[in-house]
Amino acid sequence: MIELRNVHHRFGDHQVLRGIDLSLTEQRIAIVGANGSGKSTLARLLNGLLLPTEGQVLVDGLDTKKHGKVIRRKVGFVFQDPDIQIIMPTVVEDLDFGLKHHGIPRPEREARVEAALAEYGLAAHRHHPAHLLSGGQKQLLAIAAVLITNPTHIIFDEPTTLLDLRNRHRITRLITELDHQVILITHDLELAATATRVIVLDQGTITADGPPTESLSSYIAAHTNP
Amino acid sequence: MRSKDIALVALFAAITVVLGLFPLIELPLVPAPFTAQTLGVMLAGSILGARRGGLAILLFVVLVAIGLPVLPGGRGGIGVILGPTGGFILAYPVGAFVTGLITEWLWRRYNVAYALLANAIGGALVLYVIGIPWMAMSANLPLGKAITGSVVFLPGDLAKIIVASLTAVTVRRAYPLVQPRQAA
Amino acid sequence: MLSLYHEARSPVHAMPAGAKLLVLLGTGTGLFFVRSIGALGVAMGVVVLGYALARVPARVGLRHLLPILPVLAVIVVAQVLLTDWVTAALVGQRIVVLVALANLVTLTTRTSAMVATVEAVLRPLRPLGVRPERVGLVVAMTVRFIPVLKEQADQVRAAQRARGVRRSTRFLTPLLIKTLRLADGLGDALEARGAGSD
Repeated sequence: MIELRNVHHRFGDHQVLRGIDLSLTEQRIAIVGANGSGKSTLARLLNGLLLPTEGQVLVDGLDTKKHGKVIRRKVGFVFQDPDIQIIMPTVVEDLDFGLKHHGIPRPEREARVEAALAEYGLAAHRHHPAHLLSGGQKQLLAIAAVLITNPTHIIFDEPTTLLDLRNRHRITRLITELDHQVILITHDLELAATATRVIVLDQGTITADGPPTESLSSYIAAHTNP
Repeated sequence: MRSKDIALVALFAAITVVLGLFPLIELPLVPAPFTAQTLGVMLAGSILGARRGGLAILLFVVLVAIGLPVLPGGRGGIGVILGPTGGFILAYPVGAFVTGLITEWLWRRYNVAYALLANAIGGALVLYVIGIPWMAMSANLPLGKAITGSVVFLPGDLAKIIVASLTAVTVRRAYPLVQPRQAA
Repeated sequence: MLSLYHEARSPVHAMPAGAKLLVLLGTGTGLFFVRSIGALGVAMGVVVLGYALARVPARVGLRHLLPILPVLAVIVVAQVLLTDWVTAALVGQRIVVLVALANLVTLTTRTSAMVATVEAVLRPLRPLGVRPERVGLVVAMTVRFIPVLKEQADQVRAAQRARGVRRSTRFLTPLLIKTLRLADGLGDALEARGAGSD
């Protein structure tokens, strides 16, 4: 469970989030909002990449201000642009990266990397440089490299925005099949509709929160010119 | 060092490699292969400051030393460093550090003139002070002759100092990263 | 990125990287005290034998020696003009021997072994706050991002050409700003993926 208590966030003079109270217990939650609504900031608060300027974020009862490292092990984060997230030169090295930094012994790492290569269809590319992969393959690698570390929660920051239609469907299916707690930050209303709870963010405050049909229709209504 | 700093160091080492892939300034008679990457040295110091800039370029030199073909023309390896012009390459990190140090001292009043000063001292003078005696020693030449011989580098270096300074001032406006430092 | 390593099975390849570097260091220092063409000729022969032992073809060895030729030519000519033929030959030989030997180390040592050696050398500096295990990380990150940044540079240049900007140095500012933005994201990714420094 991830809990936000009266969270405010400010960059300099710019107030991005104003008094967010949330208790994220559902297995699949989507957070939607226009550009600049504060949803990317919110995503980064959930695993302690950012610390709130006011208020508290608790992951399974742990405060992100005190337990950043432990929390980031529990909460995986998939970035919008896989080119930023892939840190190592080749597919195998990148899959191994998180495991190595989590201090997992080599034999287990090798076994998990092999399993991930097979599961995500990357086995043929194991020693390929990451920059030669296609956009869809890069996103698969980015997701696989997060899943391989066995987090209990995963945040996806606009995972389908940079993908073509075919890869969008592929990634959407992959995400809907996960049994982790999944928090989707997205513009993609189709993807948001796969969640059980949709939170709408507008100018740093929550304007709707409920089942996807209700939240999404209010979001669409608010962002369509009459 | 914070993760962001590690990212900056790695990316500026990479940018320095990439700069060597482009014929930025082509002047006749200038032995560009030996100097193409000093632009990276100046920019690292000017944009990242002494510590991060110096480390980024030190990392670049490590890449050369461990045998990656990161110098123009796909060269690299310890041979390049131990050769007659190796002193210049070994001086790169020092040059970036000095450029950064001067930039930090002048940061509050930073402008093109100060940038020219920082880049001329860190990005050229420091390299000459280390690289030329190294060449004199390696080639068994009197220091005076080695200095005369190095005059061929001047036009190219001058052009790069100007380009690096104008770029550094523009980048500072968009993305100020250096922490100002009080002159001791 | 391909390294300059030349794959082969040989006793030279099998020698530990640290030992090869020590030999190189010793030879490099020693060469400055040798003042006879004959002795340097012997040294040259030994280096050639080294290449043979390492199964590095002459073609590969010479190709890596080629880039120093212009500088070497200038130096030898300067020596002939300033001193005499004997000194010119001594200096030229010394440079060729040293660079050829250093190239042999590069050609027969994997990048990973080199990185491990760098880390080992830095280990005593740990009390000063140096984190030797970070060397491998930053080297790998740089190798990963060279093609990414090359692509960005190509994109910026293409966009500028389309708008009629011809001066090639103009692409530096947008490229650097993109790089700095990338660093923000990459810093977050390092933290998120468990490589944070805290």
